[in-house]
Amino acid sequence: MTYLLARRRSPWATAFLLLLALVGIGGIYALASGSTQAEATAPSASTTQIDEGRKLFLEGCSTCHGLNADGAFQLDGTIAGPTLIGVGSASVDFQVSTGRMPLAAPGAQVERKDPSYSDEETAALAAYIGSLAPGPEIPMPDLYDTTGITPEELALGGQLFRANCAQCHNFAGEGGALTDGKYAPSLTETEPRHIYEAMLIGPQNMPNFPDSTLRPEDKRAIIGYIEALRETPNSGGIDTGRLGPVTEGIVLWTLGLGALIAVAIWIGVKAK
Amino acid sequence: MTIEPYDSGDLPEHKPRRSDVDPKAAKRAERQVGFLFIASGLASAAFIVAYIVTPVDKEMPLPGFGSTNASNLLLGITMGLALFLIGAAAIHWAKKLMPDVEVVQERSPESSEAEHRDALLDEYRRGIDESGVKRRPFILGSMAAALGLAGLPAVVLLRDLGPLPADALTKTMWERGMHILIAETEQKIRPEDMQVGTLISAVPEGIDLVMEEAGNLNELAKSAVMLIRMDPAEIVADQTPEGKEPWSYEGILCFSKICTHVGCPLGLYEQLTHHMLCPCHQSTFDLADAGNVIFGPSSRSLPQLAITVDEDGYLIAREGFAEPVGPSFWERG
Repeated sequence: MTYLLARRRSPWATAFLLLLALVGIGGIYALASGSTQAEATAPSASTTQIDEGRKLFLEGCSTCHGLNADGAFQLDGTIAGPTLIGVGSASVDFQVSTGRMPLAAPGAQVERKDPSYSDEETAALAAYIGSLAPGPEIPMPDLYDTTGITPEELALGGQLFRANCAQCHNFAGEGGALTDGKYAPSLTETEPRHIYEAMLIGPQNMPNFPDSTLRPEDKRAIIGYIEALRETPNSGGIDTGRLGPVTEGIVLWTLGLGALIAVAIWIGVKAK
Repeated sequence: MTIEPYDSGDLPEHKPRRSDVDPKAAKRAERQVGFLFIASGLASAAFIVAYIVTPVDKEMPLPGFGSTNASNLLLGITMGLALFLIGAAAIHWAKKLMPDVEVVQERSPESSEAEHRDALLDEYRRGIDESGVKRRPFILGSMAAALGLAGLPAVVLLRDLGPLPADALTKTMWERGMHILIAETEQKIRPEDMQVGTLISAVPEGIDLVMEEAGNLNELAKSAVMLIRMDPAEIVADQTPEGKEPWSYEGILCFSKICTHVGCPLGLYEQLTHHMLCPCHQSTFDLADAGNVIFGPSSRSLPQLAITVDEDGYLIAREGFAEPVGPSFWERG
């Protein structure tokens, strides 16, 4: 005790006391907030996911999108890959889980193919890119789950589909051509989640339809309508791809006219 | 009239058919024709059975083509066969069994004889003389007037079929201060609702009332617009006249949705190239360059609507369209 008292005016004493106080307060806080510590483990799991995603990104994506995901240029000055800061996790989920990314070869259209990453790896990549800056997030399943959709919602979905989607994706969602080899893909087998994400982010040349202009319930109605289109039977017979006048014209001009010409020839040939 | 083989020398010699010379072949042909008629009758009966038996909404697989409506398919096949087989039987009958010799049909000359024609002309001239119209011009004149006026009631009736278009072709309902609403969901729009690359199909506020009053959808066919937001740096030009307030707002441009070719609703927007295509005939407009036509049959730029925001921050029209929207028409000049 006398040892401490003798040194109470030492310049170290203040520092020592401060340290003591800090440790004390920290210890009390740690004891008091013991319950919140357990909850804080969830984001820390996400942190591992982000780390995992960053690792995957550096291995598989950074060549084109840059080591910091802020885009990169080729030697000739053209863009190798655009910046991914702010594109959001929805973008990553759409591009990677539909196999569009990683890109096999540059071209007019980024093609859909079998995904290169597992679901967990895709989620990790999405978490990493999503952590860089705020952007559209992967939608929750209840947003695109259309079970129990009402006829009224389907009708609205149909109106919105014809106003916003049908010009490119065809009245029956079969897709269609754009300029210079680009095309709007068919929606006949697209997963609801990917349709939802595409509306949110506007991949490639598709315009985007954020929640502020196309509300989540509108998006769900559109997805419900697309699903209803798939189940709609072809009451008229062969659908010829539901592409409208082009295929219908080909069938009529070749098969239809061909049959008529054959009959006309039969009528005209003299009997033996 | 007796039927004699026609012999003009320039036709190949008439050859009798097998069914002409061989009674067995004739009998076979007869059976074939009869069979075709019977098959047609069976198809008609099958139509009635299919009509009664098949539920209207039943689906059936069509190998190689997916599935189709069973009722439509069966009714179509049976009725098609029933009609086709009648025709096929008739043609087969005519070709195999009916006489196939070439015949000449004698015809009398088609014009009247000269003396009959002269007599008619004489009678016509005598009629004009006897009616005295040459001596009494007043009657001729008043008759011409009466005949002419008799056509006027028809003109009045036709004119009364409906109002003239007036300025319906040149004016839309857009006017200063009108809110721009999202089509179908009718929400007002703030600029911050739109990201770069956002496309909105939009209509003027109050269009429902206008269409209800008119009892038709004409206003939608004229006033529909598209809002597009792009990076302001990428806008080469818009249609703002020199010395006027800008027609676009912070990179948000508003264009007519009606193609200037034949009036299809546009909407094929490539957000990276800023090209707006028409789904009907592929007219392509460069929205980043004043809506100019860069491809396709359209000959005029897409009309731009001047926009701004009101005091609450919602997008509104700055004024109506400066030119008629949609396809060209005669009076447009």
